[in-house]
Amino acid sequence: MDIQELKVKAAQIRMELLTIIHRAQTGHTGGSLSNTDILTALYYDVMNIDPARPQWEDRDRFIASKGHSVESLWCVLADLGFFPKEELETYSQFGTRLIGHPNNKVPGIEMNTGALGHGLPISVGMALAAKRDNRPYRVFCLMGDGEQAEGSNWEAAMAGSHYKLDNLVGIIDRNRLQISGSTEEVMGLEPLEEKWAAFGWNVVAVDGNDIEQLLQAFHAVPEASGKPTLIMANTIKGKGVSFAENVPAWHHHVLNDEELKLALAELQGTIQQLTQEGQVH
Amino acid sequence: MNKIPNRQVICDTLLDLARDDRDIMVLASDSRGSAAMAPFANTFPEQFVEVGIAEQNIVGMSAGLAHSGKKPFVTSPACFLSMRSIEQVKVDVAYSRTNVKLIGISGGISYGALGMSHHSVQDIAVARAIPGLAIILPADRHETKKLTEALVKYNGGVYVRIGRNPVEDVYESDDYSFEIGKAVTLKKGTELTIIGTGETVRIALDAANALADEGVSARVLNMHTIKPLDKEAILMAARETGRIITVEEHSIHGGLGAAVAEVVVQNHPVPIKILGIPDEPAIAGKTAEVFEHYGITQQNIKQIALDMIGKAGTV
Repeated sequence: MDIQELKVKAAQIRMELLTIIHRAQTGHTGGSLSNTDILTALYYDVMNIDPARPQWEDRDRFIASKGHSVESLWCVLADLGFFPKEELETYSQFGTRLIGHPNNKVPGIEMNTGALGHGLPISVGMALAAKRDNRPYRVFCLMGDGEQAEGSNWEAAMAGSHYKLDNLVGIIDRNRLQISGSTEEVMGLEPLEEKWAAFGWNVVAVDGNDIEQLLQAFHAVPEASGKPTLIMANTIKGKGVSFAENVPAWHHHVLNDEELKLALAELQGTIQQLTQEGQVH
Repeated sequence: MNKIPNRQVICDTLLDLARDDRDIMVLASDSRGSAAMAPFANTFPEQFVEVGIAEQNIVGMSAGLAHSGKKPFVTSPACFLSMRSIEQVKVDVAYSRTNVKLIGISGGISYGALGMSHHSVQDIAVARAIPGLAIILPADRHETKKLTEALVKYNGGVYVRIGRNPVEDVYESDDYSFEIGKAVTLKKGTELTIIGTGETVRIALDAANALADEGVSARVLNMHTIKPLDKEAILMAARETGRIITVEEHSIHGGLGAAVAEVVVQNHPVPIKILGIPDEPAIAGKTAEVFEHYGITQQNIKQIALDMIGKAGTV
C-alpha cells in the first residue's frame, strides 16, 4: 500500500472501531482513535506477519501494553483476516472472545494484556529469546503515556538496554491525556524522552498520527546497534473525529446515535478528500 | 543428617537436564547466590538471565521467554516472588497460559530472624486463588529432584515453594512414584490422618511414628501438590480414618488446611485440626524455634491426635 492508501485504511479502521463501540455501548474510544495510525503503519507495512499463519515462528510480535485500546486492534486483525470480520459484531457481548482487552484465544493476539505496565517486560523476554536463538523477528510494544507511571516499565527499560535488545521497539502513544485529565497534572512525565534516553534507549520522536513519519521511524530501526528503540509517537487523543479530539472524557466515552452519524460522516469526508488527492497525484 | 538444601538440588538437577535441553532457562533477581544457582549461571551463561532486584520484570520477562518456546525457571525469594509480582503471575503466566516455573526459595519462615517482610507464609493462599496455577511443595531432596524433572516436562504455570536450609530426608531414595497432583501415602493408618506439605511432612511422619509407639494407627499423607489438590486421597482419609490433622509452614488462612477443609466439609465432614502460623506477624527466630512456639511439632501433633481420638495422652 502507498501512503495514501494507508491513510484511507486508517480512516476506515476508525469508522469500524467507532461502529463496534457504538453497537456495544462500551469501549475506549479516545485511545483507540489516537493509536490507529500506529497500528496501520505496523500491521499494513512494517511488521513481518502472515494472517494465515498466526503462530509462524519468525513473525514479528506486537504487544498491546495499553490493552484497553483494543478496539482499533480488533478492527485491524479482522480486516487482515486473522478472524472473520462478522465476529466484530460480537465485540463485548456475553461470552465473546473479543473482549475489552487483548485475549490470546484470538489468532493474532500474542499475550493477554490489560493490566498496565505488563507489556514491556513481556516484550523484553520475547526479544531476548530471539537474540539467544539468533532469530530474526522484532518485538513491537505499544504503551500508553499514562501507563508510564507504572514502575514495571522502568524495570523492563533497564533490562532492555542491559541486554542490548536492538530488536525491541517500544512505542508510546503520547496523547497527553489519561482518564483523570492531563498526564502532566495527574503525574508529570516530562522530560519523558530524556528519561528513556537516560535508560539507554535510542529515542525517536515523531508525529504519531502521520503515517509517513511513523513508517520512516519504524524502518530506520535499529538506528543504533545494541540499543532498543523508543518511538515517542506524539498523537492526539480522539484523532480523526474533530469533536472528540483532546477531550479527556472521550477516554471511554461511548457514542450516541447522533455522535456516531457525525463522526462517520467526518471520516467519510476524510476518505473522499484522500481519494481525490490520490487521483490528483 | 542430610546436608543438601533443596535449592541446591534444583540447581544440580537443572544442570543435568539443561545440557540436553537448551530451552531450559534460569532467571534470578540478584538471587543467584540465595537460590544456589551460581553454578548454573557459570556453566550455562546463555541459558541464564539476571534481571536485578525487579520481581515484576522477572515474571513478565519469563512469560515472554516462555511464549517464545523457552522453559523459564524463575528463582527468587518466595516472599517477593509470591507477592511483589502476583499480578504478573495472574495475568502474564496464568491468564496467558505461559509455561513459567516460579521457584520461591527460602519460603515459609526460612528467613527466621528477618521478620515478616521476609517470611513467606501467605504465598499458598495467594497462589491458590489464581486459576490454572499449580502449587507444589516438595518434602525433601529426593522429592525435589523428582519434582524438578517433572517440571521440565510439565507445560504450564507452576509455583513451587522450598525452604532455605537442608531438611531431614523423608524418602530413602528417589526410587518412588512422583506425580504432580497425586498425594503420597507415607504411612498407612486407620484412626486418623496427618497431612503435611513441603518440609512439614517429616514432622507429620515423626508424629505418626510416635503415635504408633502409643498404639495409635495414624495415616500420613504427603500432599506435595496443593493445587490441583488430590481430593480423592483426602476423602478416602476422611471416610476411612474419620479425623484429620494438617500441618504446614504457612498461615492457617488459605493454605493446606483450608484446602483440605474445603474438600472435606463439602463432601464428608469429619473433625479437622489445622496447624500452622496463626493470624499474626510470625515471631522471629530459627525455624525450629518458631515451629516450637506455634506447636508445629511432633509432640504437639501427637497430643492433638490423642485428644481427637479420645485417648488420654502420656506425652
